[in-house]
Amino acid sequence: MNQKSYTDSVHLYGRIWTATAIFLLLMAPTAICVHYNAWPEMQYVLKGLLGVAPIYWTVGIIEVLTYSPMLGTAGTYLSFVTGNLTNLKVPCALNAMEAAKVKAASEEGEVISTIAIATSSIVTTLIIAAGVLLLGYLQPILESPVLAPAFDNILPALFGGLGVVYISKNPKIAIVPLLFMVILFLLVPSLASSVGILVPVGALIAIGVSRILYKKGRL
Amino acid sequence: MTDFHVNSGFLYGVTAVIIVFVLAQSAFFLVKAARRAKQLGITGATIRKTIASSALFTVAPAVAILLGVITLSKFMGLPFPWLRLSVLGALTYELPAATSTATAMNLSLSQPISDAQAFGAIAWVMTLGIIPGIFLVLFGLKKIQGGVMSIKNKDPKWGNIFMDSMFLGMISAFVGMLFADIRLGLPGFIPIVVAAISAVIMGICGVLIKVCKVKWLEQYALPISMLGAMAASIPVTWLMA
Repeated sequence: MNQKSYTDSVHLYGRIWTATAIFLLLMAPTAICVHYNAWPEMQYVLKGLLGVAPIYWTVGIIEVLTYSPMLGTAGTYLSFVTGNLTNLKVPCALNAMEAAKVKAASEEGEVISTIAIATSSIVTTLIIAAGVLLLGYLQPILESPVLAPAFDNILPALFGGLGVVYISKNPKIAIVPLLFMVILFLLVPSLASSVGILVPVGALIAIGVSRILYKKGRL
Repeated sequence: MTDFHVNSGFLYGVTAVIIVFVLAQSAFFLVKAARRAKQLGITGATIRKTIASSALFTVAPAVAILLGVITLSKFMGLPFPWLRLSVLGALTYELPAATSTATAMNLSLSQPISDAQAFGAIAWVMTLGIIPGIFLVLFGLKKIQGGVMSIKNKDPKWGNIFMDSMFLGMISAFVGMLFADIRLGLPGFIPIVVAAISAVIMGICGVLIKVCKVKWLEQYALPISMLGAMAASIPVTWLMA
């Protein structure tokens, strides 16, 4: 099978799985309302949506545009169904490609990223299932104040390790977006709650800087 | 009308269908990618290492997601949060969605929801509030990936720099976020110290891989750095908070 036919087949199956996922996602609340014969009042749904949709619809679209080049075709179809992109699927795919010494958007990067994301989705699902089944035993441990700082600091622990690898490999590209973001968050700390929107801003700055350096022959 | 309960067998049944679907989709793409990897000459050892390291990497974030399920379960029961955080969702979105709808209905989230209509409203908002992204994947991914490939094919060197720049853009945003709380004084520096510990552990792993030739560590350096820094965050928080 050549790359084109593999990619075409991934798109075909990816669309079938994604369309089925959308159908099932919409069927879940539908089934609840039908089973209990209790349809919610539209005004409450609209009011609830008004509180989240403007930001999360924007973030959702931005995430597709920003992350799909990194995740590859199959990785994108899979990770946008299974969710938890920023805190899990994207770093997991980046780590796997880095360790396997393959580049994103290459044929090898595509398959390694897919293997990492699929494994991560299966393991996540199994851990949550086991956790739910053993909740009585696990809840006191997981919610203990002693362990709380560890779970509060997952993102710093993740991006510290990931950051040092990528920043040390590309310091010339990294310095400007990094300084911009540090200054921005120092000036407007409340932006931390909508960091997803700033990812493409960082990417655009990094691409702009690297384009200038590339044109000048400094990369 | 059927009696409603947030932990009813019916809700577990609905959740089970979707969980099985997610597992099936993941297994399908795992097998498909592994077969393609072999055709491309990627060794079975590399595939196995990728699977093992991705599994290890996933443990801590997955436990954090489980904590999210527990958080939401206090008012939504276990099955629906389990469903939401296994498909498309993330706690950073699901909690505001539930809170926003509950506020609109003047509903307290300190106890399990007992009204099916209220539960249905929250379920719809949680579902609809995050769905546009997946529609864009369904209808637009081929075009987006075509654009990426044309950049790569036009100038392969620039294509690689372009991809690295995208990664750095994402990393810059999250590293910058670590500085958001430093106005709070010493406790505000905890995320920076934890990230620095993770970076140091990663640096040590790098030395072990490159200088001491500990090759197996290549796949596990990031999970080790992350778990090490998470463990270190406990005494760090105790000292700085």
